[in-house]
Amino acid sequence: MSVAPAEVDLPRSADEVTPEKPWLTLVWNDPINLMSYVTYVFEHVFGYPRPKAEKLMLDVHHKGKAVVASGTRESMERNVEVLHGYGLWATVRQDT
Amino acid sequence: MFRPTKGGGASAWLSAGEVTLLRTLVVPVMELLNDPARPAPPPPLAVAEDGPTASDDLFADLEKMFNEAAAEPPEMPDDPVLARLLPDAYQDDPEAAGEFRKYTESSLREAKKYFAQALLETLPPKGGRVKLTADQARDWLRALNDVRLMFGVRLEVTEDFEDQLTSLDPKDPRLAAFEVYGWLGAVQESLVRAIAG
Repeated sequence: MSVAPAEVDLPRSADEVTPEKPWLTLVWNDPINLMSYVTYVFEHVFGYPRPKAEKLMLDVHHKGKAVVASGTRESMERNVEVLHGYGLWATVRQDT
Repeated sequence: MFRPTKGGGASAWLSAGEVTLLRTLVVPVMELLNDPARPAPPPPLAVAEDGPTASDDLFADLEKMFNEAAAEPPEMPDDPVLARLLPDAYQDDPEAAGEFRKYTESSLREAKKYFAQALLETLPPKGGRVKLTADQARDWLRALNDVRLMFGVRLEVTEDFEDQLTSLDPKDPRLAAFEVYGWLGAVQESLVRAIAG
């Protein structure tokens, strides 16, 4: 049995809570993975339509890397795990 | 090469030599992925006895190449192939990368071995038609990709693969491996196109 606290914690005011920046899934260019395969993986894993998947693939190819998804750290880590299963070179980082 | 089938799958005709080649290439990936912390099971399939007649030297070279690789202790940072198959999830944060690896690496190894095994099990033993469901085609894509990663890292291929290939000396011992790598790319490309439309 426990006793109710004499003082109830007051809800923190809004400015005390730092809004957390989103986490990102990055895919890096490599000379081995086929462009068609990378596009397919983006379509299949993220459900992106073909034009978006192709644009992301070309970003990876030409710019060396691209942010392919953003959200919670947990879901970005899950993305990376799936992408590693497909052999893509993927990493997680928090947005700056 | 692969063509689409009804229901989102794909099918292709493979010669006995192509089947043997695929098996010869996939088995070392599985062996490489065995966790050093766990005892390795015996290889799931032996190389077929009635292998191709024309390419025995190629197979001997490839086997030597991969056996040497498999004999090294598969420590992540040291083996470039394993480092590519099981990359760090955090680039500038070794602590987070290590933590992620601790919880996911073993299942990633198992997943990759599963894709390789799925490919081996759907190969027609003596050549012939291979028919894949959409799920099996996806397993094949991932298994083929891991084999290509292994080759690509070992051969240090660049984006100008075609130039690399044409500039090789005809006597270069890596020529056969480069050609196999190119063939694997063509097989994977045809399978992607067959199932992605």
